[in-house]
Amino acid sequence: MYPAAAPQQVNLVPIVRDDDVVRVRQAVRTAALAAKLSLVDQTKLVTAASELARNTLIYGGGGRAEIEQADNGRKRGVRVVFADEGPGIADLELAMTDGYTSGNGMGLGLSGARRLVDEFDIDTAAGRGTRITVTKWAR
Amino acid sequence: MTDMSTAGARIAGLLHERHDEIVRQWADAVTYAAKGRLTVAEVQSQVSEMYGALAKLVDSGSRDLQVPEAAELRAVLAELSRSRARRGFSPSETSIAVLALKDAVQSQVDTSDAGLLASFLWFSRLVDEFALFTFETYSRAREELIVEQGEQMMELSTPVIKLWDGVVGVPLVGTLDSARAQVVMEKLLQTLVDTGSAYAIIDITGVPAVDTQVAQHVLKTVMAARLMGAECVISGIRPQIAQTVVSLGIEFGDIVTKASLADALVHTLRRSGIELVRRAQRGEA
Ligand SMILES: Nc1ncnc2c1ncn2[C@@H]1O[C@H](COP(=O)(O)OP(=O)(O)O)[C@@H](O)[C@H]1O
Ligand SMILES: [Mg+2]
Repeated sequence: MYPAAAPQQVNLVPIVRDDDVVRVRQAVRTAALAAKLSLVDQTKLVTAASELARNTLIYGGGGRAEIEQADNGRKRGVRVVFADEGPGIADLELAMTDGYTSGNGMGLGLSGARRLVDEFDIDTAAGRGTRITVTKWAR
Repeated sequence: MTDMSTAGARIAGLLHERHDEIVRQWADAVTYAAKGRLTVAEVQSQVSEMYGALAKLVDSGSRDLQVPEAAELRAVLAELSRSRARRGFSPSETSIAVLALKDAVQSQVDTSDAGLLASFLWFSRLVDEFALFTFETYSRAREELIVEQGEQMMELSTPVIKLWDGVVGVPLVGTLDSARAQVVMEKLLQTLVDTGSAYAIIDITGVPAVDTQVAQHVLKTVMAARLMGAECVISGIRPQIAQTVVSLGIEFGDIVTKASLADALVHTLRRSGIELVRRAQRGEA
């Protein structure tokens, strides 16, 4: 009747307005504290989340963040998914290049976020939206 | 089946007949629940106002808050929720103020009168609906309040202060979103002009995370200040921020950065030709 294991708690934060980026940051900070990430790792994850949430808002036309505790049996961590149903990224290699922006940014959000986390997975194609999953493990 | 208009009529009659008793009891309950946060006079006027609007609605025989006749009551209830949200009452405390009316009316109902009892049940559901309405308007009022406070914070938390002759400082605290960054930049540039200062210190000790947007705003501010002939120093870069900024790939170029505001102040004083020397202790010389 019921699933054997308790379902993972996923904190879903919609990203539709500017201040939602702040809300995502706060939720990620809370999750990072719960997973006992160091201050440096917390700051790195929160900053990566800030970049990706803003991309979701600006380029993805809005979407959501899903924040959850991660556990690979040896380590605890935090996993965050950023998903939108926007235009997608046609040239991923170009988008991931340091300094490339199609808008008015610094062009360091995607590439920088990848350097700030332990695992970075991106699923996107032109017209299919963008889904980015990042994980940061406690050391 | 109860005919709603008759059901309403019975209770409407009671509301008029027992006006004084009901209002007094209701006001007593509300005053008690307010735990001293409202004066008796405030409660009296709130309760009388609600009672008047409510009696009118019941007289009209309508059974919900959506009808045009309910406009006055809606306005009164919304005002109650708003004022309570502002004064720190909880949402349940706010709806209890409305729900307390049920007890006050019930105490006036003759329980052997089946017709009146049925009428009271009808009325009771109506009051539940009012309470729910206050709950909703309360939430909306809270949200408005938070937005307002955010705007006030934005104004309050971006002071530009004179640190020394020719040196101004901006301690940034909290989230530096685009709107606030704009305010900070304008204020800083204006203060540079007004005070004729040659140095500005932007202190980011209170900024929890520096992402590319924050960095871009700070860099733009520094460039704008330069165009005006002023030099900016960035201070308060904590270790975790420094590491994050480096991983992101942000370069501050030739901008002077200092660990603390004190270091930054010493730097700017030196640059303007002032040496700080510790006075020799008396008796040492
Ligand atoms: N969610 C997204 N949907 C569509 N395009 C995106 C998305 N995220 C990033 N991009 C594209 O990738 C580029 C690089 O992103 P980023 O490195 O964050 O730089 P910036 O935000 O400064 O433009 C963006 O300019 C945009 O063209
Ligand atoms: Mg970006």
